Amino acid sequence: MTTAALWTTVLVASLACFALKLGGHLVPRSWLASERVSRVTTLVTVALLVSLVVVQGFADGRTLVVDARVPALAVAALALALRAPFILVVVLAAATAAGLRALGWG
Amino acid sequence: MNVLPTDPAARAAVRQGVSVSVATGLYGISFGALSVAAGVGLGPTMALSLLMFSGGSQFALIGVIGAAGTPVAAIATATLLGLRNTLYGAVVSPLLQVRGWRRIAAAQVTIDESTAVAVAQPDPAVSRIGFWVTGLGVYVLWNAFVLLGALAGDALGDPRAWGLDAAAAAAFLALVWPRLAPRRAQLVAGLAVAATAVLIPFVPPGIPVLAAAAVAIVVGLVAPATVPAEAPSEPAGDTPAEPGTESDREPAR
Repeated sequence: MTTAALWTTVLVASLACFALKLGGHLVPRSWLASERVSRVTTLVTVALLVSLVVVQGFADGRTLVVDARVPALAVAALALALRAPFILVVVLAAATAAGLRALGWG
Repeated sequence: MNVLPTDPAARAAVRQGVSVSVATGLYGISFGALSVAAGVGLGPTMALSLLMFSGGSQFALIGVIGAAGTPVAAIATATLLGLRNTLYGAVVSPLLQVRGWRRIAAAQVTIDESTAVAVAQPDPAVSRIGFWVTGLGVYVLWNAFVLLGALAGDALGDPRAWGLDAAAAAAFLALVWPRLAPRRAQLVAGLAVAATAVLIPFVPPGIPVLAAAAVAIVVGLVAPATVPAEAPSEPAGDTPAEPGTESDREPAR
């Protein structure tokens, strides 16, 4: 991506994200009261985040791989099941992957 | 601690806001380092953090760029992920009661964390304190630590050696975790995993995430209003519980 394309991408996406935030503050409450609208929004958020877990955890370019990120995600899931705070979950995952790679795996 | 308000509820809201701000802000180090490693320079990285200011969207955008995706895929992915902030804005707007430039500022700091702390408070006055302390606190600390991570990125070397790629995956998992309680969310999550994994080898980076979103839109549109099996566990419906679900975890600490 060229520098111009990169800046355009950054600025257009930032403007779109701000417009979405402001839109929420400006919409009439009746519009969001639509059960269908709120249900779709909720499910889209779940799908996007889960999809990002798969991409960030298993993809290497266009290849699906199993490396140090997978045990790191397992540790993160265990920490979440034990109700660990957000920052601890993230640190444990990083430490697991870093440790395994320091040992020469993944 | 004379700076804290005297009202106990307000003091609790300030404390929650500060602790959430510090935890979220620290995480900015990994965004700064990963963004520079993905080939997004220092300038665009800081522009993203200051202007976009939405962690999920920021990580998604640099993820698509780092994987050599197209600008359209990067913008679409970041924008779709920012869609939930619209819902949050609608939730916090009646609590804040602001106009003019304050409404602009409120919109910019309307994110997962500020909404979660705001809706967890007992009355609107305390919600306002929680929202602004968290929103402005995360804004300042997140951007400061993103700058630190971006500057230290070269000194850190390969972010993979520090497990920062796994940290990003874990962060997305932690964000989605409290949203997976309803049966329908689990169904959509399963379909999203399948759609993403099947598509990754065949389509450009960024597209699998959009396909997962499309699956969720279809399920949301065609599904009946309430699935009988899940009705007892979520009588209030899917959406009003969402920010509250998250607030049950974070600010309670």
